[in-house]
Amino acid sequence: MRVLRSLIAAAALTAAPALAFADSINGEVHKQPTNYIAIGMFLAFILLTLGITKWASKRSASTKDYYTAGGSITGFQNGLAIAGDFMSAASFLGISALVFTSGFDGLIYSIGFLVGWPIILFLMAERLRNLGKYTFSDVASYRLSQTPIRFLSALSSLTVVAFYLIAQMVGAGKLIQLLFGLDYLVAVVLVGVLMVLYVLFGGMLATTWVQIIKAVLLLSGATFMAIMVMVSVDFDFGKLFADAVAVHPKGVAIMSPGGLVSDPISAISLGLALMFGTAGLPHILMRFFTVSDAKEARKSVFYATGFIGYFYILTFIIGFGAILLVGTNPAFKDAAGELLGGSNMAAVHLAKAVGGDVFLGFISAVAFATILAVVAGLALAGASSVALDLYSHVIRQGKATEKQQMTVSKVSVVLLGIVAIWLGVVFEKQNIAFMVGLAFSVAASTNFPILFLSMYWSKLTTRGAFIGGALGLITALTLTVLSPTVWVDVFHHATAIFPYKYPALFAMIVSFVGTWFFSITDNSAKAKAEREKFFAQFVRSQTGLGASGAVDH
Amino acid sequence: MSTDDVYRRIYDNPKFQALVKRRGRFAWTLSIVMLAAYYGFVCLIAFDPKLLGQPVSSATVMSWGIPGGLGLIFLCFILTGIYVQRANGEFDRITREILAEADQ
Repeated sequence: MRVLRSLIAAAALTAAPALAFADSINGEVHKQPTNYIAIGMFLAFILLTLGITKWASKRSASTKDYYTAGGSITGFQNGLAIAGDFMSAASFLGISALVFTSGFDGLIYSIGFLVGWPIILFLMAERLRNLGKYTFSDVASYRLSQTPIRFLSALSSLTVVAFYLIAQMVGAGKLIQLLFGLDYLVAVVLVGVLMVLYVLFGGMLATTWVQIIKAVLLLSGATFMAIMVMVSVDFDFGKLFADAVAVHPKGVAIMSPGGLVSDPISAISLGLALMFGTAGLPHILMRFFTVSDAKEARKSVFYATGFIGYFYILTFIIGFGAILLVGTNPAFKDAAGELLGGSNMAAVHLAKAVGGDVFLGFISAVAFATILAVVAGLALAGASSVALDLYSHVIRQGKATEKQQMTVSKVSVVLLGIVAIWLGVVFEKQNIAFMVGLAFSVAASTNFPILFLSMYWSKLTTRGAFIGGALGLITALTLTVLSPTVWVDVFHHATAIFPYKYPALFAMIVSFVGTWFFSITDNSAKAKAEREKFFAQFVRSQTGLGASGAVDH
Repeated sequence: MSTDDVYRRIYDNPKFQALVKRRGRFAWTLSIVMLAAYYGFVCLIAFDPKLLGQPVSSATVMSWGIPGGLGLIFLCFILTGIYVQRANGEFDRITREILAEADQ
């Protein structure tokens, strides 16, 4: 009875940070013994990807090649790469851990991460591809003043990239301590250096292939685990759930929604952040310019949705499998009955349970590869914001040569790598549960409104987009700081000033209303000219006439 | 002839206006289906969490939430498939015709 009680207490404790945002790795981890099989497999992955980087470096000379892989990626390849960019190690381990500790709640979470994709396809993908060249700021500033709009979108993109990067770097450090038995600092430096190598020399082409290989490895590994789980229950979902309920400390409660969604406002706000945040993530939006035209862009989203949805179904089965095969096995627990290494290790222990040490090594290597693919995408997006938006348009007013621009880009990649390592070290012991949530909230309340209104609303003006977007950014940041996730959990105040965990609902309203108000009240001659340019933009967005790629080929 | 003239000629083509209207209606319909399904699900969880916890039948512990949740994942995939099928077929064909009529 005491064992059971402490088990429940441990499960509740470890579940708490995971519930805050399952897409980051939280809490204390304990360094594991050095795992040579995992290190060997990971070295093989590094060699392969560095080989690809070398190959890609010969094909990444021009700006277009560097940022968009020359528009040569097919819809299917890009779908895999998007999935590779989006499925982080933390969501693999975090969501399966959430299923392991709370059952159904894990499914609620993963659905949130998926539902943004159909919306991106229906409302944005083809217009984005038809209007943009390298980044989404090309689209947002298409008929508006370049300097203010690019400045704002670079600022919010870099904010998103920084918070996302912190979550990934800290997650990487902890994960590698756990899986490989390497030192935290060694792990963070290794991730930073590899990220810089891929992006610096191989640009978008190498990044794309790192993401494709990672997606294939992650999907195959997860498929194998899910099949082995289903084998253990004779491919009977009824038996899987019945057995899990029978052995889980929470019993039949794992079949219903639990503590993840406490009040309707938080639920809707989280839903908005996940759905529209996905449609405003700079590293994801950038992937739409790697394909040749709108047709391939649409196909990319179709394949990406399929792969990501399939992946979340697998993590759900893996989580339930862990309840059966890991939760009941004392070999995976410490003296207090807690999972060795914390609840985030559920999927990793399951790998050992179903495939022995060799498969454990494989899954560990895949988890590491997964982090690399995500940070490479982030670094490229960050560098493009600095070089193309800030340097080329804001500082040089569009007068920079291609060569100068590339130099700035490469310098920013190196600087980003150093900053990423530094952030990873600084935030090692911090509570980073809110970081990914904040990244999604900023993306949903700054990038998304500007981008969406620039494509859909003819009356949008520079003044409206700039003030509205800035208000959204400020609101998202301020409310996050005042919310329970930072004010209470990080600063240890007794109660939060802003009662809800997620600011997206409020920040999006502020951003849209602000943009609307400051646009319609803008009667300047410049505003009039901007509105008149809408029709040409509209025709191009609908037909692809004049789109980059169509011209160059 | 400047690009703006070409754009103007396309814009004035009734076929273009019809395409934009039809594609817009199609995209928004699918978006509304997706939004309604997802926020319906979220609101059920927020306002009546017990409902989704009900077993599908007395013979199983599986709750309605599980087919509901997995159904949403399949819905995402099916809706994107439907859109891509029509956009890459019918809509792209009409777009090519419009561009051809504008001598592009």
